[in-house]
Amino acid sequence: MVELLLPKNSKVVKGDHYTEKGSKKSLKTFLIYRYDPDKSEQPRIDRYDVDLSNTGPMVLDALIKIKNDIDPSITFRRSCREGVCGSCSMNIDGTNTLACTKYVNDVKGDVKIFPLPHMPVIKDLVPDLKDIYKQYSSIEPWLKTSEKPEREIKQSPEERKELDGLYECIMCFCCSTSCPSYWWNGDKYLGPAVLLQAWRWIADSRDEATQERLDGLEDSFKLYRCHTIMNCTKTCPKGLNPAKAIAKIKKKILAKT
Amino acid sequence: MNNKKQPLSPHLTVYKPQITSIMSISHRISGFFQTIGTIIIFVYILALFIGEGFYNYIDFFITSLLGKIFVFLYFFSICYHFCNGIRHLTWDLGYGFEIKNVYITGYITIFCALLINILLWTF
Repeated sequence: MVELLLPKNSKVVKGDHYTEKGSKKSLKTFLIYRYDPDKSEQPRIDRYDVDLSNTGPMVLDALIKIKNDIDPSITFRRSCREGVCGSCSMNIDGTNTLACTKYVNDVKGDVKIFPLPHMPVIKDLVPDLKDIYKQYSSIEPWLKTSEKPEREIKQSPEERKELDGLYECIMCFCCSTSCPSYWWNGDKYLGPAVLLQAWRWIADSRDEATQERLDGLEDSFKLYRCHTIMNCTKTCPKGLNPAKAIAKIKKKILAKT
Repeated sequence: MNNKKQPLSPHLTVYKPQITSIMSISHRISGFFQTIGTIIIFVYILALFIGEGFYNYIDFFITSLLGKIFVFLYFFSICYHFCNGIRHLTWDLGYGFEIKNVYITGYITIFCALLINILLWTF
């Protein structure tokens, strides 16, 4: 169901204010969404005035500095700190991106940080991804062949090229959680990230379950809740194009019927 | 999808409005305006047959300030929905998915919609 407003337990209130010592010029203000599951409190926005003069340039560097020096209770996912693992995806300055590849200086004014939009929150900036992972497994993201191959299956350079722009996806779910259609129908619509993966296996010349995959997707909710809004492509931190992948699925289904 | 205990992260209120999403929701709103407007035009024509009293009543609404604003929005909705519809058709054919092109066609669509609307009111 379309719910434009947040449920009661999710309303965000004003939180604490932490200021680091230092000259006012070098301080940057971070407004960060906080939620503690161990306390029966509403989510809140905490304000941190951080001295960035001795910190790395990325938003993730600032978050790590806040955790180390100001407030150790702040919680977020991170791992590779170089845009290949997809752990630190969050909503920064109004759009979804990876904290590790987003420059603090690219944000004018205060840096507002929220978890990925319209997701259940486990703690602070950590969203619960279990439903989206379930959707991912529903498209059966593995190579299907009728017989077990003796050795690797060869591809021509052209066939391999079909997978460019698809295999690079790091499953950070910036795209799915930027999609208004996924916000309103995320329980049934698969969303751009999962559909891009679906296309990745349909487009694979070695996979033999193409028809079966297309039949599985032909559903007014699973696939056709995509209305080409294009927020997904706009926000993808890896510069991929989920909207185009979805359009290719739609076209392929149309061509088959 | 919602676990009752877990709060839902903010969405509509924190996500930056951008050409992509704004033009999409405008497409829906303009579609809605067209439907309402077309019904009103139908009633307007119907009023001609029903009689003078009813016609004057409808005419009073359409020529009032509120009515004029509505007619203006109705015309603009048709122009916008038409232009953006062509944009959607090119997407359906599989073209114009690069984000740069999405923005270029977006601005062209808004420009054409305004232009056609101005032309409609000048002639």
